[in-house]
Amino acid sequence: MWQAVRTQLHPKGLEIVTVALDVDIEAARPLVEAAKPEHPSLIDTAHVVDEMFGIVNVPNGVWIDEDGMIVRPAEPAFPGKNPVMDQLRNVDPSTVPPEVAEILAEVKKIKTDPDAYFAMVLDWVEQGADSRHALSPDEVIRRAMPREDDEALAAAHFELGEHLHQAGDHAAAIPHWRESHARFPSNWTYKRQAWELEDPMRQGRSEAYDGSWFDDVKKIGAENYYPPLVP
Amino acid sequence: MILTELEVDAAAFEARTGWAVMPEGACKAEHCVPLPPEARTADGKVAVEVVAPRLGMPLVHDEGAGIWALGPDTTVTGKALTTAVAPELELPDFDGNPFKLSSLRGQKVLLVAWASW
Repeated sequence: MWQAVRTQLHPKGLEIVTVALDVDIEAARPLVEAAKPEHPSLIDTAHVVDEMFGIVNVPNGVWIDEDGMIVRPAEPAFPGKNPVMDQLRNVDPSTVPPEVAEILAEVKKIKTDPDAYFAMVLDWVEQGADSRHALSPDEVIRRAMPREDDEALAAAHFELGEHLHQAGDHAAAIPHWRESHARFPSNWTYKRQAWELEDPMRQGRSEAYDGSWFDDVKKIGAENYYPPLVP
Repeated sequence: MILTELEVDAAAFEARTGWAVMPEGACKAEHCVPLPPEARTADGKVAVEVVAPRLGMPLVHDEGAGIWALGPDTTVTGKALTTAVAPELELPDFDGNPFKLSSLRGQKVLLVAWASW
């Protein structure tokens, strides 16, 4: 998906940097190998970009200009049709178990706006600072996610958990990841990463965590899973 | 930021948090926060227990592992971004080679977070 955008917009002066938020590099590697990116493709096992750029879900994009200034903070970034999402939306619910069908019903309600996002990126690439989508420093900070004590503590707990998981003590990671979920429930990268390790693909209910993808999405309404794109 | 002790090399502290701790205070882009003299140890390290509360950074201890995690600052803007100046992000690629975001200065960059899950 991003390689296609890169092919189109790199000649106009845009570089793409993709960052995989995966505690296990091997989980992301086959997808990178299949995509054959010509742009920098990085791995962030500790989800540090959450802390550095205010990312709370994927895919999220941040625009950085030629001088190294952020001109749009983290926001949902769908630059075109997402094959995985389309595939999930087109599954015939009668062909899958009921618990999968209810998840797919929620996926169908998720709102994305790929045409609008691509048009915004293109406008910025062509117009630069004159693009109405390139924001002032004050507006960039105003639009960034709030970060108070709970969100900062969540970042610390997530990273401690990741460190312990990488060191081979997965059980010790769980209480820290639970704490990160409790303190920052709107951060989906902390939750989905942890759920995925218990129940790959479905991110369902487990002994380890109170939430699951289905339960937490139902709670907020799938249509609110991604905030609306604000031009 | 994972810490094995509470006195940290100033360059490492700056690389991860973006805060340069100097004798007179801590600075990140357009923001500077005054610090007491004990914020730096005699050998120039950052005294995390002195600096963290002044920047609103939580310090979480895992007793079993004997390590700490230092969270991000909260007191300057109350937002995930303290400044619109992009932080220096350094991460490895899939072959383990380090990559610095600042190496792309002079080009527009779309930084994209994604995941396999």
